[in-house]
Amino acid sequence: MEFKFVRINMATRECTFEPVPEEYQGLGGRGLTSTVVAREVIPTCTAIGPHNKLVFAPGLLGATNAPNSNRISVGCKSPLTGGIKESNAGGQCGGYLARMGIMALVVENMATEGEWWQLELTKDSAKLVPCTVANLNNFETVEKLRKVYGDKCGYITIGRAGEMKLTAASIACTDRELRPTRHCGRGGSGAVMGSKGLKAIIVNPEGGDIAPMVDEAAFKAASKRFAKALNDHAITQGLADFGSAVLVNILHEAGGLPTKNFTCGQFEGHEDVSGEMLNKNTRERGGEGKVAHGCMTGCLLRCSGLYPDLQGKLKGKWPEYETLWCFGPHSGIRDLDAIVDFDRMCDDIGLDTIDVGVAMGVAMAGGAIPYGDAEAVRRVLQEVSDGTPLGRIIGSGTATTGRVYGVRRVPCVKGQGLPAYDPRAVKGIGVTYATTPMGADHTAGYSVTANILHNGGYVDPLKKEGQIELSRNLQIATASVDSTGLCLFTAFAILDDPDALPAVVDMLNAKFGWKLTCDDVSTLGQRILSTEIDFNRRAGFTEAADRLPDYFTDETVPPHNTNFDITPEELDTVHNYIKK
Amino acid sequence: MHVKVMLSTTLRDLVQGYNPHVGIDMEPENGTTAGLLAEAIGIPPAEIKIVMINGRSSSLAAVLNDNDRVAFFPAVGGG
Repeated sequence: MEFKFVRINMATRECTFEPVPEEYQGLGGRGLTSTVVAREVIPTCTAIGPHNKLVFAPGLLGATNAPNSNRISVGCKSPLTGGIKESNAGGQCGGYLARMGIMALVVENMATEGEWWQLELTKDSAKLVPCTVANLNNFETVEKLRKVYGDKCGYITIGRAGEMKLTAASIACTDRELRPTRHCGRGGSGAVMGSKGLKAIIVNPEGGDIAPMVDEAAFKAASKRFAKALNDHAITQGLADFGSAVLVNILHEAGGLPTKNFTCGQFEGHEDVSGEMLNKNTRERGGEGKVAHGCMTGCLLRCSGLYPDLQGKLKGKWPEYETLWCFGPHSGIRDLDAIVDFDRMCDDIGLDTIDVGVAMGVAMAGGAIPYGDAEAVRRVLQEVSDGTPLGRIIGSGTATTGRVYGVRRVPCVKGQGLPAYDPRAVKGIGVTYATTPMGADHTAGYSVTANILHNGGYVDPLKKEGQIELSRNLQIATASVDSTGLCLFTAFAILDDPDALPAVVDMLNAKFGWKLTCDDVSTLGQRILSTEIDFNRRAGFTEAADRLPDYFTDETVPPHNTNFDITPEELDTVHNYIKK
Repeated sequence: MHVKVMLSTTLRDLVQGYNPHVGIDMEPENGTTAGLLAEAIGIPPAEIKIVMINGRSSSLAAVLNDNDRVAFFPAVGGG
């Protein structure tokens, strides 16, 4: 199999296959998308203009039988933050691209404004054809495309939010059952795809195959060890049974569940929106509901259950913890069925549930909609699809909503909404929110592991000691994991099981004939972060952007009544491995 | 003395009739530890990964005080 780049010029409609350029050899996933963006995109460009590029890449372990290795990474300059953006998703499309030998798909330039195109992609052909599904949201888009292209393709699409170039617009990827429910959510990559006039990518994996291995036997052995590490880890079973929403109750108990726009760390109705309740309702209602569902082929973790309505008909996927949180405690809503609907609406319209859900709670703080009013949230989400002024405001995310409604306490870093952990009660994650080049993002360095979950050690979440180092190490490790195509939830095993990381390194070596050590993994992560931070510097970000809003320092949050007391000087040491 | 015990996920299955909205109210002897409390309600300590007392991380060996809220968790993770 020949590894290749595909470049799509939306202005000329030229589609070019080329060998992987020398400077991108050996990179995959986030390492590749961020490096292409950093080298080829002018950092000061207009994010929804012709100079931005949208880069899709499977990970280094794509096109293998390694468990949980089929994620797809998307990179661009973010219209939300103005900095570099990498966002990755599950589903089938990453694995398909990898099996087609496509290391990166680079979408360049823009179509004439008002024109919509869809890209037909096979392992050796790429063709832009006039779009047949413009103006539709994701579910209808995929349904119509399936009728033309069939059920053996994967579909990468945007909904109306992306078409409107709203800054919280996501890119949807289809799962195993061809539902457009796995999203590159954060940072507005859907708006970039919309700006290019690209509505859909039809990924036809026909003729694709597993990548050749330099040492097949060694790969198989390492893959088996990695699968064992995942299967043996205690967190794995909990993820399957309760989804990532298993976190609702433990964050409530720890006082780190942001409630009513981060004014309290506990929510009275936590039990109603918990992973335990997802599990209970799914089992009791039966029908099309399913506990333990994997979003991609080869998933051993299966966190993405399916939620039935009262009659047993499929209502939507199990919302993730962050989605449950922002539409739940943050917005004062304890109606689980309504939140499942909101999650599905966001998937359909093509929205980042986090930035939009956080925007809802901020709109409530600003008096735009009543606190705790689920029906108002439903109406406003519909307005996003309809493109009303209020809908467009909310669909532009937390920062825009806060500004429009004159809200003083707007939980954002670099314009991106804070996820589901109060940085005053889980201080390690506060360090990550502040200092990741992505804007507030929990996945960029998930300090909740050691702060709350006793995973990979323990660092007291209420004290400042140890948080800088914790966040630094996790940010570096995550940049590497995001380059492999592995689901980040494999990191729970990697952090605890001493054989898991060596197994990943052995798989990489066996696939490519490399001689990496575990130390090299850390070097790779540092290199990726350095590249991303350098892009942000050239885009105009200084270290002054690596801060939480001041109210997190000024004001304590109950029940522990702690503030975020890690100083700017301390935050500036997180990326101390970068030579100035 | 009085303590309240909260259970999560699979630990709930070990205590018949557990009501997650109220937890379990108990009146243990002074000097009781979190671990003894777990055993008293039928949860083997090996099932417990995380102990929180009044919202702070603690351990099975911790001695309880009057009006403590004790929460037990198996290994959990998400995000």
